[in-house]
Amino acid sequence: MALEDRDTLLRLYRTMTTIRHFEERGVPETGQRGMSSSVHSSVGQEAVPTGVCAHLTDDDYIGSTHRGHGHCIAKGVDPTLMMAELFGRIDGPNKGKGGSMHIADMSKGMLGTNGIVAGSVPLAVGAGLTSKIRKLGRVAVAFFGDGGANQGVLHECMNLASVWKLPVIFCCENNGYAESTPVEYALSTANVADRAASYDMPGIHVDGMDVLAVYEAAGEAVFRARTGGGPSLLEARTYRYYGHTVFDNPLTYRTKEEEDYWRARDPLLTFRNHMAAQGSVITAAELDQIDAEARQLIDDAVAFADASPLPQPHEIYEDVYVDYPIEMMRRGANMTV
Amino acid sequence: MTTITEVPMLPPPGETRIIQTREAINEALLQEMRRDETVIIMGEEIAGGAGREHLGIVDAWGGAFRTTRGLIQEFGNERVLDTPLSEAAFVGTAIGAASTGMRAVAELMFVDFIGVCMDQLLNNAAKMRYMFGGQVKVPFVMLTRIGAGFGSAAQHSESFYSLFSHIPGLKGVCPSDAYTAKGLLISAIRDDDPVIFFEHKGLYGDTGPVPEDMYAIPLGKARTVRPGADITLVGISRMTWVATEAAEELAKEGINAEVIDLLSVSPIDYDHVLESVRKTHRIVVVDEDTPVCSISSDICARVAEEAFDYLDAPPSRVTPPHTPVPYSRPLENLYVPNAERVISTVRKLMA
Repeated sequence: MALEDRDTLLRLYRTMTTIRHFEERGVPETGQRGMSSSVHSSVGQEAVPTGVCAHLTDDDYIGSTHRGHGHCIAKGVDPTLMMAELFGRIDGPNKGKGGSMHIADMSKGMLGTNGIVAGSVPLAVGAGLTSKIRKLGRVAVAFFGDGGANQGVLHECMNLASVWKLPVIFCCENNGYAESTPVEYALSTANVADRAASYDMPGIHVDGMDVLAVYEAAGEAVFRARTGGGPSLLEARTYRYYGHTVFDNPLTYRTKEEEDYWRARDPLLTFRNHMAAQGSVITAAELDQIDAEARQLIDDAVAFADASPLPQPHEIYEDVYVDYPIEMMRRGANMTV
Repeated sequence: MTTITEVPMLPPPGETRIIQTREAINEALLQEMRRDETVIIMGEEIAGGAGREHLGIVDAWGGAFRTTRGLIQEFGNERVLDTPLSEAAFVGTAIGAASTGMRAVAELMFVDFIGVCMDQLLNNAAKMRYMFGGQVKVPFVMLTRIGAGFGSAAQHSESFYSLFSHIPGLKGVCPSDAYTAKGLLISAIRDDDPVIFFEHKGLYGDTGPVPEDMYAIPLGKARTVRPGADITLVGISRMTWVATEAAEELAKEGINAEVIDLLSVSPIDYDHVLESVRKTHRIVVVDEDTPVCSISSDICARVAEEAFDYLDAPPSRVTPPHTPVPYSRPLENLYVPNAERVISTVRKLMA
């Protein structure tokens, strides 16, 4: 990227640091409110959603994973409302009925974080089909992890998207572990991207700790999709700093040396080093200022979320269907509302 | 083409246009795709011979049971999509398309194949609207096939609609003839919720009166196909006609059975059933689905809870046994409920 493209560079950094602050504060705060089991931190992986979604507009689509706060923020979902969702409050985009693993914002083309591994992949492919049939020029990104890379539905979808030449980017965030199972144990190929050959689509392997590398590779894949060139498989090698959830100690299945290696390649730090080394006009002080603003945004988000009302009891019956008698949901259950 | 707004649950008397159930399904798809260009359909062999247009091959099959014949000629291969044999991918893709502005129909060739794609229904179609706090509509229809009696053995013969009725967020309909097949499919496609449309293989060749104009039979409504005063027989799909056959025989013995055609398996029209039972004081549910945790057990539970004081006999059922569908003819004949079993059950309850 040209160094003079200040706005883009600053935007990339702002997105990454917003994700970082959201995770570092929001995950433990949610745990303190008794809902820690459903929340997964993506700290360490910020460069991937940031670099990919920087090429998308609100009209484009993404499908996300159980570790999806970063995807939401990068796609433009309001972190303040996301925090309310994590706390189960009515002001969340899902009215508090989804939580961390189901955050969706259809106004931003965000088709949901998803609690099923590779669960959102066919939804993104379907969005790509809609775009193709209606000639909307939109693209869809299906995010999944190295665990999802071994799900059958992903492979069916890659074949289908290739056969139908759909505007889809299959983006694997390979963070090295499916819960505690190392990728080198569970994956038959050296890289997830190698599997693209089976579906006659480009397979790109990129350093997922370097937002500029992700941005460049994703730009090509998005351009290909948008111009009728069909799907791509983009694998970004990254690392999650914490455990699968807040409950597990990752040192039961990985080493401190390995963690130190990856933390030394931290995506925010890497970006700062790039700026310094390349003599960028972006100064450390400017980035410090963006960090401070992100911290303030998240502090305010926590306060907003705590002040947001909890859902009323009748909400339990709302939005199951567009049209279905509520009496049929209550019947025989001896409910009190 | 006009749309009939006041829709009778039975064909208009004097309707002289007689077509097969399979043709009624085809006509509903054709008319809805003409009416609304956002309607698309995808599945295995729904056109057949995909990709061979350069050899002059288009619509080689028109569906495994010819219910989609002719669609690709009129609407082209962007709206009528033959798929690879990848049910998880294309059912999920249809759900994704439905949640982003299309009305998507996907065909699962036999309901027994649901195992490979159930996740898409269970965790995406059924739950997205709720999980997302009402942000999304999922106007998705899954056409699928049910029914034993054709020597197709255990993996092509089940009638597992109760699996889907159990899932909040899905709707389900089981048409019983050509008239209800057309009217319910039109409603299913126009509905903004995910609907599973269960086609019984044994009904495809049956003929009946079907208006050419479009008409939408409401989802969630049962109908009475034979009035009676002594006992209520509830049929689902083809079992409606097994119950009717039994009712005709019972009439000769002076037992006047009322036959209800359930039509929808989610939502279930309990009130229609309860009203009948409060009049007849007895009920037998005739169901081709297996008996444990099923529509038939559910209706009996509802009747016991809400009409207990009206009952003169235990709510009862005639169903297959809790076994897979057997292949060998005498065993399969034992499996599928028939009029004889219904009659003997009714006689016991009337004694």
